[in-house]
Amino acid sequence: MTDKPSSGLTGPRFEEPVERRDFFGLAAVWSFFGMILTATLGALKLPMPAVFPEADSRFPIGKPEDFPAGPPKEIKRRRLWVLSDDKGIAVVSTVCPHLRCVVTRHADGTFVCPCHGSRFDATGKKTSGPSPRGLIWKEVSITPDGRLIVDSEREVSSNARFAV
Amino acid sequence: MAYSAGRQFLSNLKNVPRNLRDSVMRHGRPTSDRARTQTVVQNFFLHIHPSRVHNHTLKWTTTMGLGIMTTALFLILTVTGILLMVYYKPSVATAFDSIKDIHFVVPTGRMMRNVHRWAAHGMVVMVMMHMARAFYTSAYKRPREFNWVLGMMLFVLTLGLSFTGYLLPWDQLAFWAVTIGSSIAGSPSEVTDAFGITQSFDPGGRIRELLLGAHYIGEEALIRFYTLHIMVLPIALSVILGVHFWRIRKDGGLARPASADPPITQDGLKPGEAPDKTFGLMAVVRERTPATDQAIENTSPAWPRLFRVEAALTVLVLLITVVLSIWLDAPLKELANPEVPENPAKAPWYFLGLQELVSYSAFMGGMVIPGIVVVGLALIPYLDREDEDVGIWFSGRQGRRIATASTVYGIVLSVGILAFTVKFKWLGEWDWVRNLIGEVPPIVITLFNPGTVFVLAAAAWSIGLLRVTNSTRMAAIGLFTCFLVCFVIMTYFATFLRGPNWDFYWSQADWPVIEH
Ligand code: HEM
Ligand code: FES
Repeated sequence: MTDKPSSGLTGPRFEEPVERRDFFGLAAVWSFFGMILTATLGALKLPMPAVFPEADSRFPIGKPEDFPAGPPKEIKRRRLWVLSDDKGIAVVSTVCPHLRCVVTRHADGTFVCPCHGSRFDATGKKTSGPSPRGLIWKEVSITPDGRLIVDSEREVSSNARFAV
Repeated sequence: MAYSAGRQFLSNLKNVPRNLRDSVMRHGRPTSDRARTQTVVQNFFLHIHPSRVHNHTLKWTTTMGLGIMTTALFLILTVTGILLMVYYKPSVATAFDSIKDIHFVVPTGRMMRNVHRWAAHGMVVMVMMHMARAFYTSAYKRPREFNWVLGMMLFVLTLGLSFTGYLLPWDQLAFWAVTIGSSIAGSPSEVTDAFGITQSFDPGGRIRELLLGAHYIGEEALIRFYTLHIMVLPIALSVILGVHFWRIRKDGGLARPASADPPITQDGLKPGEAPDKTFGLMAVVRERTPATDQAIENTSPAWPRLFRVEAALTVLVLLITVVLSIWLDAPLKELANPEVPENPAKAPWYFLGLQELVSYSAFMGGMVIPGIVVVGLALIPYLDREDEDVGIWFSGRQGRRIATASTVYGIVLSVGILAFTVKFKWLGEWDWVRNLIGEVPPIVITLFNPGTVFVLAAAAWSIGLLRVTNSTRMAAIGLFTCFLVCFVIMTYFATFLRGPNWDFYWSQADWPVIEH
């Protein structure tokens, strides 16, 4: 083995009778890069969160009696407005579907987003601005002991009122 | 033994300072050109410089010192950033208070924070101006194509540093700017929503999760931004900066016009001139040499002329940031409140043009157009391969005229589009469109909005120039100028003329009072 010249400078490559060595050399190089690549890809998986720190998406907001038909009530901490009339209760999210600013409700009942000016009517339907859609209505349900539960991850169509 | 180790020891002791100095700097005092050249070559911190630079490089009009100033600002940011890290606590419960402590309690804390803030703004300005000067002097042409691409990476990293740094104070400004920014990253959902496939295929949502580590901006997001801001991005920037510098030398110094090296006589001398002493690294390698024999006589030793410029610019930049910091405090609003956004909630100024585009369509304005701009900029050297007029501002008279015309065109175009949009709004609000087709589908707005109109008009202008002048360089000047002008106008517009609810106001004095 040791008597074979291996320097590329001694002559053209094909004169070197070391095909098998070439093969092993190449295999080594490829396994090196293959392993580095696999290791890198494996390492890059780490920042992709597998579990999320959020609390339960379902939470109670009170009893139906707390929301008599009439002017809507705001639940600021949850970023919600609760609309209530004789047809039932609806829960509208104030997170703007455009880029997630929080919309404000004007005295006339319409909603305006401060970030890029999307406007919505009193039921959250989009009237103007860059938002691709209207405000999101959240699913409402009731527990056996009579508490209203909102599921912030489930959307309902914007005329599905929860009749009480 | 005649040899007295004790005496030797004493003499060694006496000579420690001198020997120490000689061992650190293995050359004499840099009193001659030769010694100075050696100093540059042998000193770790100086050897990034060439030992000689071309006289054209040293001319004020070649670079305007913009790259050096950007580097100086980055150094200032690194030093002040490390100092801020001593007190800054990256957690939702403590971040805001620790910034307040830095600002009001820590000795020199306010100064360091202010300098960090103004240097960050300055770096963004400088990096853009540096890019523009490299473009207008054709410095991206062969063999410097890839160094231009590296520059684009540095540009993106600079913006990334700024954006990640913005969240750290955890005040209202930070929270809402990053709310918008991270939602822009998630805006591909606008398209998947339009096709109703977001449930099963949601790249936008995945990007947002990767960035925030959650579905809201909280502890996880703060830690991620902090890690990016103080480790990942600065290290990436430093490494790429090193390659950027290294390649300048491998590419033979800065771009210069052929006329910078006047023709020489047969024996290598200009008529009536004797050569200066020349230095070179003698080895035979197949590569471009930094200085060819014809150019060497137009060079000067880097020491002192280049170093003098660097030192002066560093002092200038430091002076400006410090003076600004004495008079102007970095803003700090109230503690982040996820329930009530700022009104208007504005991104940092260099993203405000983007925010204006985003107010037409999140995905088109926030992802597609910036993506086209960044990729398009990076590809310039590969699309315009004309080799003439390298190192000449605007490539000469024709280019100058085209740049002027493009400035006018860009102004008319962007002011026109902005005025139109303010006055008449867009498709979704036009009654006749509504009467015709009912509610305009969001995907139509995504594809066709004032932002896309601008891009198409700029592209048409550039293609027109290509036809008329039959030169890719002229077409490139037209396009680049259009976008630059538009960036400036959009930024101005969104900064000063957009008020609460992103409505248009001539002046801040007209803003209505918002009650919460
Ligand atoms: C290695 C370099 C850097 C380090 C170690 C660093 C470190 C820090 C730290 C610890 C903070 C939090 C303290 C604070 O908010 O005052 C901060 C804030 C910030 N950084 Fe950096 N930084 C570096 C470079 C940069 C660069 C290059 C930019 C932009 C071009 C930048 C822009 C910002 C901004 C805008 C803030 C918010 C400052 C404030 O409101 O006080 N930083 N940086
Ligand atoms: S976030 Fe509401 S309009 Fe942009």
